[in-house]
Amino acid sequence: MDTGGAQRPADPAVQVTDLVKRYPGRPVNAVDGISFAVQRGEVFGLLGPNGAGKTTTIGVLTTRVLPTSGAASVAGVDVAADPVTARSRLSVVPQRPNLDRALTARQNLVFHAAYHGVGRAERNRRADALLEQLGLGGRGGDKVDDYSGGMAQRLLIARALMHAPQVVFLDEPSTGLDPQARLFVWDRVRELRDGGITVLLTTHDMDEAATLSDRVGIMDSGRLLALDTPAALTRSLPGSATLDIDVERAPEDTGEAVLAALASLAERVEQVEQVADGSGLRARLYLSGDAAALVGPVSEALAARRARLTGVRIGEPSLEDVFLSLTGRELR
Amino acid sequence: MSTDTAAPGLVVEVGGTAPGRPAVGRAFRALLWRDVFVTGRELVPFLLQVVLQPVFLLFVFGKVLVELGFATSQYSDVLLPGVIALTAFLTALQNTAFPLVIDFSFTKEIEDRLLAPLPTALVAVEKVVFALLRALVAAAVMFPISWWVLGTLPVEWGDLPALTAFLVLGSLVGAVMGMTLGTFVKPNRINIVFAVVLTPVLFTGSTQFPWQALDTLRWFQVVCALNPLTYVSEALRAQMAPGVPHLPLWLCAVALAGFLVVFGVTSLIGFRRRALD
Repeated sequence: MDTGGAQRPADPAVQVTDLVKRYPGRPVNAVDGISFAVQRGEVFGLLGPNGAGKTTTIGVLTTRVLPTSGAASVAGVDVAADPVTARSRLSVVPQRPNLDRALTARQNLVFHAAYHGVGRAERNRRADALLEQLGLGGRGGDKVDDYSGGMAQRLLIARALMHAPQVVFLDEPSTGLDPQARLFVWDRVRELRDGGITVLLTTHDMDEAATLSDRVGIMDSGRLLALDTPAALTRSLPGSATLDIDVERAPEDTGEAVLAALASLAERVEQVEQVADGSGLRARLYLSGDAAALVGPVSEALAARRARLTGVRIGEPSLEDVFLSLTGRELR
Repeated sequence: MSTDTAAPGLVVEVGGTAPGRPAVGRAFRALLWRDVFVTGRELVPFLLQVVLQPVFLLFVFGKVLVELGFATSQYSDVLLPGVIALTAFLTALQNTAFPLVIDFSFTKEIEDRLLAPLPTALVAVEKVVFALLRALVAAAVMFPISWWVLGTLPVEWGDLPALTAFLVLGSLVGAVMGMTLGTFVKPNRINIVFAVVLTPVLFTGSTQFPWQALDTLRWFQVVCALNPLTYVSEALRAQMAPGVPHLPLWLCAVALAGFLVVFGVTSLIGFRRRALD
């Protein structure tokens, strides 16, 4: 498997080798023999649909799920052999808020640090600093029940940083957040990387994976299908650009004939896919060259078949297209 | 970068050089302090919750029935040790069972503590120790209340070591039984299980009668012998009402130690099953 050109193979922040997890009584492996390494200071995204095995993988790495076979280490510590030391070097921002509702927001931070042996003066100082940095200054005394979803997410990030971990795991960090809160969380993830912390996040959102991650692993059905930088993954697609067109074809013409005509239009058309065929025809052309320059020839070719071009969209291939080409299915 | 606040990165401190092994003892104390801290803020509701039932039990059976002439004043000697044993035992049991069901199945609030740097089994032990503390507070509060309700308190300072020892032992057994229930029973069944378990525990624990007097009701005596609470009641009765027939202390100690081992093991297994997938 391509590990994306690891520059520093020695001493990775996260190392997963042939990891398998099968839950008792289930017919298939939730995680089915995956291997990857995350370098220190890297933001690594696991992208895949729900049920792909991302959360189980994070569960193993954060010592909450026992692996069936294979090995996993975080910050140089084998998570199965020495979970206690591993827990002191990692932290988790869970998918669903699990804040301590008997405590105030600030107490959530302070007690978390106390669990991790941070001294009293230091944990108070960190709590105040992090509340401020995450825009929660002045709200530290509130009960967490009074927090909105976005605020809870920020508090979870603050809590995760209280014991100065080396690796932070974020499970679906922006699921259920409004767009503004989502951008806020994204900015904080970038700041984590700037601070030298390794970040491993899971997401089923290709925008999130592409925007935040240095490298992306694409998972489906417990397997790691591809792993590389977002740019390299999209470059691996048949074309480097896409042209989506909507066509109203002539009544006597067929969709297949139109597609064939488009495919033979130029050498630069590498692949033509029919995306949908409702009232009209929608097709996606994967191109090796400039998409805009092909709009004219496409229009002429269609006119020659007495078809009409009703819509055009030029796009760069996205991770969604990568997933589509790897699995034959849409991401969601 | 070792200190932080003005730094552009969102970081308190980079974990550069790998620290040594984490301080497990400190983590344990912090977990315990969290529970004590939260309870401390709601001490009155907590006491009302655990003391009200035994107080009424004591008042109606130890005072009202005696006043009305349906029971003799010796009956309150039988009842008082049993009610104190019951208070400690059930407080401990309920304190590990209900909160764990809620924590594991619904709020997941315990997850942050499961990720603290200490073995998972110690998170369970902390819950048991905390249940023990609550049970001892509840039992301690019962002494002045009993004195107030009954007008007498048949305890001497010399009884305290043995009373404390058996209240500790009994509360520990209650706590591990509670944790076993709370971790093995399906969350949606917990209400039913509690109704089915608590009432029999309440009435077969020899709290309202001396166990040895059950000779004429053999099958019920056997049932009561299976309830750990019986041995707590009997041990307290040996101290507080030596005139009433009771089991020898050593037998109570052995029985409770046995229950502690069995349910201690099942509670740790159950906790681990819920804490780790």
